[in-house]
Amino acid sequence: MALLEVVNVSKVFPGVRALDDVSFTLQPGEVHALVGENGAGKSTLIKVLTGVYQPDGGELRYCDEPVSFATPMDAQRSGISTIYQEVNLVPLMSVAHNLFLGREPRNRFGLLDENRMNREAAEILGPYGVTTDVRRQLGTLALGAQQMVALARAVMIDARVVIMDEPTSSLEPREVETLFGVIRDLHARGIGIIYVSHRLDELYQICDAVTILRDGRLVHTGQLAELERLRLVSLMLGRDASQVRKEGATAFEADQHEGTGGAPVLRATNLRSRHKLHDISFDVKPGEVVGLGGLLGAGRSETIKAVGGAYPLDGGEIEVDGRHLKRHSTVQAVKAGIAIQPEDRKAEGIVAGLSVRENIALAVLPRMARMGLVSDAKIDEIVDVYMKRLRIKASSPHQAVGDLSGGNQQKVLLARLLATQPKVLLLDEPTRGIDVGAKVEVQTLIDELAAEGLGVVLVSSDAEELIEGAHRVVVLRDGVVVGMLTGAEVTTEDLLATIAAAAPEDKDEQ
Amino acid sequence: MSSEALTARAGIDMARVRAWLPAYGVYVAIVLLVLYNIFFTPYFLTWSNLRIQLIQVAPIVIVALGMALVIGTEGIDLSVGSVMALAASLIPLYLGYGVVGAILVSLLAGLGVGLVNGTLVARVGLQPIVATLALFVGGRGLALVISGGQLKDVRNDNLIFLGSGDLFGLPVLVWIAAVLVLIVAFVVRRTVFGRRLLAIGGNRASAELAGLPVQRVLIAVYVTCSVLASIAGLLAVARIQSSDASAVGLLIELSAITAVVVGGTPLTGGRVRVLGTVAGALLMQLVVATMIKHNLQPSTTEMVQAVIILIAVYVARERKTR
Repeated sequence: MALLEVVNVSKVFPGVRALDDVSFTLQPGEVHALVGENGAGKSTLIKVLTGVYQPDGGELRYCDEPVSFATPMDAQRSGISTIYQEVNLVPLMSVAHNLFLGREPRNRFGLLDENRMNREAAEILGPYGVTTDVRRQLGTLALGAQQMVALARAVMIDARVVIMDEPTSSLEPREVETLFGVIRDLHARGIGIIYVSHRLDELYQICDAVTILRDGRLVHTGQLAELERLRLVSLMLGRDASQVRKEGATAFEADQHEGTGGAPVLRATNLRSRHKLHDISFDVKPGEVVGLGGLLGAGRSETIKAVGGAYPLDGGEIEVDGRHLKRHSTVQAVKAGIAIQPEDRKAEGIVAGLSVRENIALAVLPRMARMGLVSDAKIDEIVDVYMKRLRIKASSPHQAVGDLSGGNQQKVLLARLLATQPKVLLLDEPTRGIDVGAKVEVQTLIDELAAEGLGVVLVSSDAEELIEGAHRVVVLRDGVVVGMLTGAEVTTEDLLATIAAAAPEDKDEQ
Repeated sequence: MSSEALTARAGIDMARVRAWLPAYGVYVAIVLLVLYNIFFTPYFLTWSNLRIQLIQVAPIVIVALGMALVIGTEGIDLSVGSVMALAASLIPLYLGYGVVGAILVSLLAGLGVGLVNGTLVARVGLQPIVATLALFVGGRGLALVISGGQLKDVRNDNLIFLGSGDLFGLPVLVWIAAVLVLIVAFVVRRTVFGRRLLAIGGNRASAELAGLPVQRVLIAVYVTCSVLASIAGLLAVARIQSSDASAVGLLIELSAITAVVVGGTPLTGGRVRVLGTVAGALLMQLVVATMIKHNLQPSTTEMVQAVIILIAVYVARERKTR
């Protein structure tokens, strides 16, 4: 008997087929890994399972009966609980209150039975390793402990299916062990678990079955033990290791010079940040494009932001041109010659309401001004230069950037970075969400800039872009550098193999 | 076919009107209201009436200028009225050191309040409404302590000139407000500070990644707002020739916010309409004056003001979702 079945489910959003004919089955007592890169359809599938979205086609079957959940409440009442990445509880209420929210025990007068609630809460939370006073405000607990409370709450609701969306992303190693203990217990009680995570070591440690999605389609489902790590990674990324096309799919020059050599223009040493970065070191020479490889959640964007001064660091050093950055801030980083293009163009890149020229000049206003007064003539000069060089298509420099196409927005952003005359460019997914023509132009530009002597750090989830664009690739996994590909090793096969390799300390795998 | 063409044209017109209305609707409203008054309100077009209207609107304009800058950064400053009271309470205390000394001290008080507001918002990271609420409450309290809770007469020829004198046929008060309007308009349009302010209001994360000194700019904006409020406060003392910490600037934060919003500056930040703000203040002043002239109850006036604010916010919202 299958506990939960998804049969040929589709979900269409305007312009996107988020789920295309996806099927999979969850057995009672099974821990089922659900994996895929950004935009693969994992979140959409979870939302269909929990009643947030209604499928446009196909069927959900729960305990062999066709069902449809109109609201998340419906799904929850039927016994499907979800624990999201961010804790969905009330931080200002006590731990016990959160645990019993909406199901508080009452005394014979119909009033809240606080003593019983606190007693029971303490009993329930024991096995989850939460030994704190349950009368404490939830918000004062560590994130990991909060996650455990959320988990306890999810399981309490007579859940038969528990969906966990990246449950370990904010947990300490010790807490991960506790979580796994709880999962094993749920497994023994016949509860089905859907486990979403990007940490391969965890998947192989705890999961029985696996379903892989890519671009909204099912690419594989089956027992995890029968699937090799390398195969899993290549299925996720859609790059079959055995048949990588040699001719290349990007605009990057095929045979690249190895940088101009000499002293590194950027050197990052032992970067550490709680939960996300553990010990990241790498350097970039002038004229060199260094790729950061790895799966989603490996710490690539965090590394880039940390170098740019926009992500908190607990330790580590950053040097530009041999000079150590004393204060960790974006102001210092930009002054030192670091320019950063963030992953989320709309949220952190462009200022949509301002014009093309204001956006380009934004970071260099003091250079365009005398005594605090902006010189429009000087701005027009550089705006003209960069609009021509990057072939930015806008009706005029005064057009609002928000009205431009994605590709042109990206070029405006790159123009802003270049206007600061940086020594190092940090590019996070520079070609995501832009049309093919702009993609080619951006890739060509990266090549040109490197040839002019800039150091470039490139993050891309497009394996081909990374392989063909970078001279060297630093491979990250779970916030640790796990490998470095240089020269002839910069191939898709080597990249996949390095990503898939088991962590050395992970001896008791399976 | 002709009906299709008609609807198509109507559609285009609607879109254009929607884009145009939040920015320029306030001017249309002023023109309509002035026309109405010319025809239906006796003695409207007299010099003495216009003069009174301008004198009454001047302090609101001055406070609203600072408010517009703060709102341009996606913030709000509730403490402006208390800053006016604080500035007013200091004037009689330091008048013994001369007019210039007294004015400087009250401006310094504004600067101090602005530093506290700006630091709370930019460095501590409090929400602007909460950060400025502290001095909204505390500022007036301090002003009452300083003044001993008493109304004090202020007799100083220089101050009386500032408050009631004329220069080239216009009240000095109005000249001061006009000059401040020009300065703020210039700052927004032409200076590094003004452009940074708009970028921070438009997208703070982006401004930070571009290496802008976000905290410094935000603090400067709140300081500017408070200093402008303290100018309004000392001018209020000069006009009524007395200092009453419990009355000066009462509820002016609401008038200022109204002027800014009605003038077409979006509460979402990233844009500051300086002239629109002046027009917004003028419109609200005209509405009140018209009501009073026609012997309507103050309560009716307040309700009409509320409707105008709602219309302004609704029109702006339409534009955003367009």
